[in-house]
Amino acid sequence: MNLPHFVFYIILPTLSIAILCAFVRLVRGPSLPDRVVALDLMGTLAIGILASYAIATEQTAYLDVAITLVLIVFLGTVAFAYYIQREERK
Amino acid sequence: MSGIVAALMAIGAFFMFVAAIGVLRMPDVFMRLSASAKASTLGASSLLLAAAVHFYDFAIATRIVAIIAFIVMTVPVAAHMLGRAAYLSNVALWKGTVRDDLRGRYDVEGRILKDSGQRREEDGEDGEEG
Repeated sequence: MNLPHFVFYIILPTLSIAILCAFVRLVRGPSLPDRVVALDLMGTLAIGILASYAIATEQTAYLDVAITLVLIVFLGTVAFAYYIQREERK
Repeated sequence: MSGIVAALMAIGAFFMFVAAIGVLRMPDVFMRLSASAKASTLGASSLLLAAAVHFYDFAIATRIVAIIAFIVMTVPVAAHMLGRAAYLSNVALWKGTVRDDLRGRYDVEGRILKDSGQRREEDGEDGEEG
């Protein structure tokens, strides 16, 4: 079993099941912070998927996408946290 | 080399899976936050490190170190802000929670921590904020 097979048959299915679990929490989550936690985890999982895919396909351009995604996920989570606080103060 | 890459990827995928299971199964926002923040940091760092070892190139390794440093710096900050926002918006704690040190001590309107044992008199009115 070479490396691309290992990635495609073991790593990526594991990460896909993980993203599915996070998505279930995103749909079910009783409160807004629950959903934001799930969304944040989905973003981090997407970074992991991009890194694995870069290894499997030998394309380094996916890592540049990962840089951008890290920035956007952080900004999104912080913006949601501010929004939740603001909403509470009103 | 390939063995190291495979091992790092397996570790990373395992920890990300654990983070997802934690987010799905934990009973409380704060426990979910705790599980997600720590395990996903380690998982993503491990997967990116596997990419750095695999490509074995200085430019790519620099990029990956930058991503890992950014993740390690920002995920705890985001988790802290989210936990604080959740606590202040009165999200219910798990019914088995044993202690909650902030209960009744935090003035949510003025964002002021009321008398917390070790505060001295000369600290004035507006003790700890934010």
